Amino acid sequence: MKKYMTMHLARRAARFSASLVLALTATAAPQTFDFKDPKGVNNAVFELDAPLESINGTANGVSGEIRFDPANPAALEGRIVVESASLHVPNPMMKEHLHGKDWLDVAKHPTITFEAGKLTNVRTQGDDTTADVTGKFTLKGVTREITVPVRLTYLKDKLGARSNGRMQGDLLVVRSKFTLKRSDFGLNPGAPTDKVANEIALTLSLAGAAPRS
Amino acid sequence: MKRWLQLLAALLALGTLTFWLATGAHRGWTRTSVAVEKTDEITGLTYREYESRFVPGVDVLGAGLLGALVVATAGVLMRGRSRPPDRSPP
Repeated sequence: MKKYMTMHLARRAARFSASLVLALTATAAPQTFDFKDPKGVNNAVFELDAPLESINGTANGVSGEIRFDPANPAALEGRIVVESASLHVPNPMMKEHLHGKDWLDVAKHPTITFEAGKLTNVRTQGDDTTADVTGKFTLKGVTREITVPVRLTYLKDKLGARSNGRMQGDLLVVRSKFTLKRSDFGLNPGAPTDKVANEIALTLSLAGAAPRS
Repeated sequence: MKRWLQLLAALLALGTLTFWLATGAHRGWTRTSVAVEKTDEITGLTYREYESRFVPGVDVLGAGLLGALVVATAGVLMRGRSRPPDRSPP
């Protein structure tokens, strides 16, 4: 009887250990978050100073994938793509100029991309991670290495609430604010800086989904 | 005719000014869409949705006032040309 009890306990312990290992592996594995957002929430806001009023608009043609491990945020990798033609400003003539040859030349350069390289200054508190991401930013065919601050928020099991229960999984929210110089990317180099500022302030608000199958 | 042109200039100036004031007196460029800020409840992200709406800016105001000035000037010139010749004896 005693032998039977010992064997039974040993079997239960083995089963528990196996399930614990499985659970840890499942949560620790990096997940791939897709940033093609059917809700149209993902957006990049841009702003340039100009004399009468600032040039202020949004781009919402966001896609891309990020591999993120909540247990090891520093190992983040992936890329975000923005369709150049999705840039919108409320003035139609201004929009035409922005899409034109002098500015973005959307016909020739249909995408703006950022490819994450390495993360530094990584700090995690609960579900929030802040870090500086160094990566390759390509705009109008010009690629430059830039470092931008990001805030990552890992929302476990929140995909169901966002998709009205159609899918289950996790969400990764990415927020970033940084400044670029239009002169670095050949954006209308002929426009004097007293008419249009050289600095472009960018604010990224993105959410990626990692559905569980 | 002169009176009609003067009246037209005054109406154009007043109409443009009234239209610009009534639609919010926007001191920037004319807009054909207006951004509405929204927040995604789950992620807390803010995003913009654009509604089609015509908001006249200072360019529309300027064009209207310039048009009124052109009409008024035409009226003044017409008055100058139609002045009767001086028939007083020398």
